[in-house]
Amino acid sequence: MLKAIMARFRQGHRTMKYPDAPQPLPPRFRGLPLMDVTRCDDGCRECADACPYGAISASGSLTLDMGKCLFCADCAVACPHDALTFSTDARLASRSRKGLTVVAGEQYQPGGALEGELLRLFGRSLKLREVSAGGCNACEADTNVLSTIGWDLGRFGIQFVASPRHADGMFVTGPVSENMRLALLDTYAAIPEPKLVIVAGACAINGGPFKDHAEVHNGADGCVPVDLYIPGCPPSPLTILDGLLRLVDIVQ
Amino acid sequence: MSFGMKTFYNGTSFLRGDIPMPDNDSFFQSVLDAISAGWRVCSYFGVPNAEGATLYCIMSARAGRGVLGISATTVGRTFPSLAVVCPQLHLYEREIAEQCLVRPEGHPWFKPVRFQKPLCAGDGFWSATDGGGLLPAVMDFYRVEGDEVHEVAVGPVHAGIIEPGHFRFQCHGEEVFHLEIALGFQHRGIERALIGAPTPRTMHQMETIAGDTTVAHGQAYCMNMESLGGIFASPRAETVRGIALELERLANHAGDLGAIAGDVGYLPTSSFCGRIRGDFLNMTALLCGSRFSRGLLRPGGIGYDCDASIADELYKRLQSAREDLAGAVELLWNTPSVMARLEDVGIVSEKDAREIGLVGPAARACGLNRDVRRDHPFGIFRMSQIPVVTATTCDVAARTRLRWLEAERSMDFIDEQVRHLPRGGYRNQPKGVASDRCAVALTEGWRGEICHVALTDERGCFERYKIVDPSFHNWNGLGLSLRNQQISDFPLCNKSFNLSYCGFDL
Repeated sequence: MLKAIMARFRQGHRTMKYPDAPQPLPPRFRGLPLMDVTRCDDGCRECADACPYGAISASGSLTLDMGKCLFCADCAVACPHDALTFSTDARLASRSRKGLTVVAGEQYQPGGALEGELLRLFGRSLKLREVSAGGCNACEADTNVLSTIGWDLGRFGIQFVASPRHADGMFVTGPVSENMRLALLDTYAAIPEPKLVIVAGACAINGGPFKDHAEVHNGADGCVPVDLYIPGCPPSPLTILDGLLRLVDIVQ
Repeated sequence: MSFGMKTFYNGTSFLRGDIPMPDNDSFFQSVLDAISAGWRVCSYFGVPNAEGATLYCIMSARAGRGVLGISATTVGRTFPSLAVVCPQLHLYEREIAEQCLVRPEGHPWFKPVRFQKPLCAGDGFWSATDGGGLLPAVMDFYRVEGDEVHEVAVGPVHAGIIEPGHFRFQCHGEEVFHLEIALGFQHRGIERALIGAPTPRTMHQMETIAGDTTVAHGQAYCMNMESLGGIFASPRAETVRGIALELERLANHAGDLGAIAGDVGYLPTSSFCGRIRGDFLNMTALLCGSRFSRGLLRPGGIGYDCDASIADELYKRLQSAREDLAGAVELLWNTPSVMARLEDVGIVSEKDAREIGLVGPAARACGLNRDVRRDHPFGIFRMSQIPVVTATTCDVAARTRLRWLEAERSMDFIDEQVRHLPRGGYRNQPKGVASDRCAVALTEGWRGEICHVALTDERGCFERYKIVDPSFHNWNGLGLSLRNQQISDFPLCNKSFNLSYCGFDL
């Protein structure tokens, strides 16, 4: 017992200050893409051609769809003019699928809060049922992290629960494999109304690395209505937390 | 003796024409003879053709010899099952049936593996029995009948944030007679997508075979691409890859130690380790920006160099994480109520472990002295060895203690490597992929042996790329560990194996 107390003393208090203070990220972290078209040559498509998943469109204005993006930075490496870089800004979640597209020269707007009755119901207490549907377990791992003492998700009234009957919404990871489609729909049906759907990771948004495989459904869109999209492969825990806190209006 | 196989070393490639193709009888006989002589099957798979399939078997010699062997044979619509005399083949044979539509005659446990469509045209063996569509976990489960025997079904969606799988327990009161595990929910068609590869997407698919094992699978793929392209990764790149592999092991071992503590209700270690796991993930993010090593390994080397300031910072953080982890884990050994809960629970005997072909920490906890880093050294481990740890009690306590001892060795390794990073470049430009060759790469992920086999066609594209994740070997071990245990021991046994669903399901 004494040893446990001494260990507790030594390990100290480790819950992070976020959102009251910014959470530092490693210098090489790849977050919000920045595109400076003034550096681009006319007709240059090197970045768009370098993306294996077609996230970048260079016809017309330069845009990057973070829903398709794996944040691998193959595009940034391919760009001969240093016009495309990834910043360490992890505030990436969006309330709409279209909203995930970053347009060169425009400020990216992360997702906003729930409206009216939904915010009144879930703003102070949000219980989520996680469904892993065909991914690689990295999104799941970095979602789990939010419940550790470092992040302590519970202090915001948000909690992952063991049954859909106890949940206010569903948190989906993975591209929705055909073999998980039925279980996903059953879980959704078992959650009482009104309910939310949050999708996390490139897979759950658009199929991720497994996009267009015959065995997957390219994400949860089309299976269930989605209220919040959290991009990344996997999303940083900070991206997930920031998205959730914006949804319940703790961060604006 | 090499039992009619072509022998070769880990991470090399050779002409497909050099693979011996004995007739069926000699092929199956020599597989059996080799296993009796102590060889072990690393991969056994089929490439479907119009009349049946060609079966390839890759085996590892007894520890100490460092060689691998390969042979192949062409079969028609059926082939003899060896699973009854050689249980480590049982799942491979089911997989061959499911992927290539050739039937293992006399298989004692003929059921789907992933509930997937075959790699060739045609209907699978099980379509007719379940109304045409192949629905996951719809199959004949083994059942125990009798008074007071009952069945417990769990999954696919579990209570925590866990991947999906379905478990069927045959119970008598609280006692489990048998556990059967049905997987395939995470199947996303990786091997089918790799036919005709490599493409710009391939590396990303390799990094996400099992997202918590990105480095070990990435290393195996890079080794294959390097041997097929006739290039090498520089010593500097290999050292950074080795550091990343051990950081991956540390993060997961630390997490598992915490999860095991959590499952016996010992919250101090559980809370501390949950956080310390993050410290190791953040060290990986220091190297490449991603906590899961995305973008770090690339054919020909690494995507990000480790400069002096990063190496210094890594060294500093490692010292502090070592102290934190040692303090958190020591509490376990000093708490008799914790140890009493771990000891003599979930035993898999050494004999069973050998027969079903366990790998990694699950095997070493049963006294099996196998570790690819030493037996078939690759990358930096050809120059710098990590001592192999084994245990003998075969229970949850052994699997727990082993993780800590391995974590210590891994920390010693990084400690030394990060201070002596070789100079030089970090990435060589990959060349094309050689045609008509076979490349084999083994690595030791934190769960155990990973095997990647690439067969290229005349254009230098993959005709078949076969992946074996350690979980493919080990799920059966979890099933066996539950025999005659309390059903309440399941979470604890499960955490002590902590197997991958996606790595198995591909």
